[in-house]
Amino acid sequence: MKFSESWLREWVNPAIDTDALSEQITMAGLEVDGVEPVAKSFTNVVVGHVVECGKHPEADKLQVTKIDVGDAELIDIVCGAANCRQGLKVAVAKVGAVLPGDFKIKKAKLRGQPSMGMLCSLSELGMAESADGILELPSDAPIGTCVREYLALEDVTIDVDLTPNRADCLGIKGLAREVGVLNNLDVTVPSWQEAPVTIEDSRDVELVNPEACPRYLGRVIKGINLAAETPLWMVEKLRRCGVRSIDPVVDITNFVLLEFGHPMHAFDLAKIDGGIKVRLANEGESLTLLDGNEVELNNETLVIADNSKALAMAGIFGGLDSGVTSETADIFLESAFFAPLAITGRARHYGLHTDASHRYERGVDPELQAQAMSRATALIADICGGEVGPVVEAVSEAHLPKPTQITLRRAKLDKIIGIHINDQTVGEILGRLGFSVEEQGSDWLVSTPTYRFDMAIEEDLIEEVARVFGYNSIPNKAPIGDLSMATHHEAKLPLARLRDTLVGLDYQEAITYSFVDPSRQALLFPESDPLILPNPISTEMSAMRVSLWTGLLDAVAYNQSRQQNRVRLFESGLRFTKDESAENGVLQQPMLAGVITGKAHDEHWDLPSRPADFFDLKGDLEAILELTVDRDRFSFEPTEHSALHPGQAAAIYRDGVLVGFIGAIHPQFEKKLGLNGRTIVFELELDKVVNRQLPAAKPVSKYPANSRDIALVVEETVESGKIIKFIQKIGGNQLVGVNLFDVYQGKGIEEGFKSLAINLVLQDTARTLEEKEIADAVESIVVAVKSEFNASLRD
Amino acid sequence: MQHLDELIATAIKAIETVTDAAELDQIRVEYLGKKGIMTEQMKLLGSLPNDQKPAAGQAINQAKQAIQQALSQRKSSIELAALNEKLAAEKIDVSLPGRANLPGNIHPVTRTIDRICEFFGELGFEVKTGPEVEDDYHNFDALNIPAHHPARADHDTFYFNPKLVLRTQTSGVQIRTMEVEKPPIRIISPGRVYRNDYDQTHTPMFHQVEGLLVTENASFAELKGILHDFLRNFFEEDLQVRFRPSYFPFTEPSAEVDVLGKNGWLEILGCGMVHPNVLKSVGIDPEVYSGFAFGIGVERLTMLRYGVNDLRSFFENDLRFLKQFK
Repeated sequence: MKFSESWLREWVNPAIDTDALSEQITMAGLEVDGVEPVAKSFTNVVVGHVVECGKHPEADKLQVTKIDVGDAELIDIVCGAANCRQGLKVAVAKVGAVLPGDFKIKKAKLRGQPSMGMLCSLSELGMAESADGILELPSDAPIGTCVREYLALEDVTIDVDLTPNRADCLGIKGLAREVGVLNNLDVTVPSWQEAPVTIEDSRDVELVNPEACPRYLGRVIKGINLAAETPLWMVEKLRRCGVRSIDPVVDITNFVLLEFGHPMHAFDLAKIDGGIKVRLANEGESLTLLDGNEVELNNETLVIADNSKALAMAGIFGGLDSGVTSETADIFLESAFFAPLAITGRARHYGLHTDASHRYERGVDPELQAQAMSRATALIADICGGEVGPVVEAVSEAHLPKPTQITLRRAKLDKIIGIHINDQTVGEILGRLGFSVEEQGSDWLVSTPTYRFDMAIEEDLIEEVARVFGYNSIPNKAPIGDLSMATHHEAKLPLARLRDTLVGLDYQEAITYSFVDPSRQALLFPESDPLILPNPISTEMSAMRVSLWTGLLDAVAYNQSRQQNRVRLFESGLRFTKDESAENGVLQQPMLAGVITGKAHDEHWDLPSRPADFFDLKGDLEAILELTVDRDRFSFEPTEHSALHPGQAAAIYRDGVLVGFIGAIHPQFEKKLGLNGRTIVFELELDKVVNRQLPAAKPVSKYPANSRDIALVVEETVESGKIIKFIQKIGGNQLVGVNLFDVYQGKGIEEGFKSLAINLVLQDTARTLEEKEIADAVESIVVAVKSEFNASLRD
Repeated sequence: MQHLDELIATAIKAIETVTDAAELDQIRVEYLGKKGIMTEQMKLLGSLPNDQKPAAGQAINQAKQAIQQALSQRKSSIELAALNEKLAAEKIDVSLPGRANLPGNIHPVTRTIDRICEFFGELGFEVKTGPEVEDDYHNFDALNIPAHHPARADHDTFYFNPKLVLRTQTSGVQIRTMEVEKPPIRIISPGRVYRNDYDQTHTPMFHQVEGLLVTENASFAELKGILHDFLRNFFEEDLQVRFRPSYFPFTEPSAEVDVLGKNGWLEILGCGMVHPNVLKSVGIDPEVYSGFAFGIGVERLTMLRYGVNDLRSFFENDLRFLKQFK
């Protein structure tokens, strides 16, 4: 809420400056978001009187004036404003004046006519963004007075960001009360003359749903003059609180809204058919709102209706047909209390948010209606004239909020705050807040005033005591707790270990959005059915990721388009897939994914320059799998994957369970995804790979290891990995190492075949192996491989 | 024995002129070999009178020793020269870069999360995580934010449907933890959260670290103490810290914590004493137990700590940005 500091000070005036006041209310929980002067700085602008005003002989749009600024002589000023006329009181920037924007006023000649100053508009004085014509001052403005003084412009607009519980401060009255509490000062409520009731006219009011509207005050005012001008003092107060002047009735209801924090509404009496009924809307009932939009109401929406139709959305927005217009002569003025629960969420349902709904859904003082009605009536009678009818009040006492009594226990207060604040201080704080307090032993029985409708439980009081005492006056203490040790699982590899390994392998960790472009994701995963956000930031951020690849590839494209061609990224995070068996129908799995593209190494003086390929990434992936101690239990099997190159894609299995994929992005997507060159990716389901075996140490053999090489020739389609796994399986206990160290195709090997050179290491734990045993073992491996894979020994 | 002196002089001269080991060995053979000059000299001893034999023999031995010593010295110096030559040939430019790839880096957001978890981990806070697609019960209702509460509107929530959201805060993990664990509870929960807001100072996804402590005696003074210690450790500076009253439906009293930066106070985190309704919703008796909770904005802390000035750069993953976080 924005408010004028000088307006606040009319109610309560602590002897502290603006900065200190802002700091004080911020530290009381009413956070000051901004402090702006109500007018930019300017000098030498005074109140003037237009004594003569005639057409400029040379220019249609200019007028030549003589202005009385209280000096010995009238001054000549040429003015272009259409509203400039004889008799007007105006703001005159005299020669030598400096206006906002360092605009200096000098002697000038405009189309041959002398001009010794300027008549100013609000925008030229830095009080508005734009303005129609020059500022018109009241006719009693004293000629020659400094305009800054006359308009009391040494004032600021303070913008407080109020939390939802402090709706009591959504008006000057509440803010003043708070400032009074903080400074231990009394608050002065302005006085006004009650407008006398001069006519009998009234309308009946019926509370059809008293739980939603327990109190409704209405009154008829006839014969008002809507052409009357809203006085400048009110226009200025409104302006300084961020509200534009519309017409006097709207201005007055807005004024009361700002002053008391109480919304009001005025109907055109002629449009009301019979009496007022405050009722829930009929399902599907239609209402045209003040902004011209027609809405179809649901039966949870409270309306102000007459005998035949809905007139307004109660506590939210007026209706167009019953609204006050320039034709209106008689009005029906409303001042009501609506229960927060009857209003909350309703405005949002219709896409609305108004000053009234903002207050009613947070809460309004249920005892304030009569005062607001009296204040508004007096102002209308004063400004617009008219005959005032009696106030009709419909009330359901049973449905009004009950006065709250809360016991504040000394023990609870001490426990929650953590220190002992003495009785006298606690009593003083509660008293200053306007609470009535009855001491009960060491506790307090507290009755809270109706305007502090946020007070409901003991903790509310504890917060008030702590807040007014000052959070920063409460000492810092070290928490006291049990030294209980948490459970740790060594067999579960921490994610940090995987991350650190990848970082050690020259990867940068990326964090990409969990929502991606559905069309890009569908390219890679056409079969997927992602969760879609109905109201995303943009279409490009509307699909929940089913894999981390889409986001990582976006990051690759982003970097490549910025001359970063060698990219190595990884990311860990959730992927989201629909799954009826999962909680809330969404399976959320932690994944680890990586991508590489560009050169295998940065350009180097001694390393051959080559593009990164499948085996660069596979090697890095194996380094991660190696952390789980049992890399051998993983297998890479050729697979088909919608996103991947058909000849360079592998499914990764652990003990026969699919745990992830690795492969080159299918070349047909490279251009569409904005990728430049071969891009290789992997993705693992973390939960399936992080469990490792604890080491079970075996003694190291004291006997020599024996190394033998064999070269096998097999058809090129045979997977090397299968041969290695096969040898490991059948090799027996003495086979302690199998290493594929060369793959050869070409001269000497028949077309369609390949030669695999494999090193076998044999060793026994209890003795030195005989040459014959070694030869036999190798031979039996060769024989088995020959028959299993149709292999032959290379000559 | 003029003759021997001349021999020695000739030999040493020859030794000093050779430059390689093979030639030196030839000289050795020529003088000290079985058929060498000195061996011949020894043979001549037999022809001398007996009384002259010892002196002559001794002189020959001395001559042999002198030659042997010259040979040894020369050998060492030739070997040394050879070694030096080899070493000179093997000289490399040690300033050239090595072959291994340099390591990458952890994302700055992760780095901050790791530090936070480490600090609180030392105090016995256990790391917990929770789902990011969350039901409205855990994200709102159980946190004392009933339907239509104004705080819901303030959250700019991404809804999938009225019952399912992208979590707007990590606080739901508090509920999930307290549903299954009984006090004392000390947890810390980092993770992604989502708000439908995107501009210079807001990204639709960001990170929070939630902290929760529930004991029989948790107090606001303790909350202040632990957060004060945390901020001082995080920034490694004795920063000015202030606790400002605020409002969260799930804590009371509630506070926002500001630190004094170069351009004034900066809001760092929100915190408070766990609201009794929250404790009741998970079956913990607020008359016996009290708790405090806090939610730390990770990006804001990271920006302050490392001088990052654009929030959006965290999610662009520009390598030139990421590589700075050594």
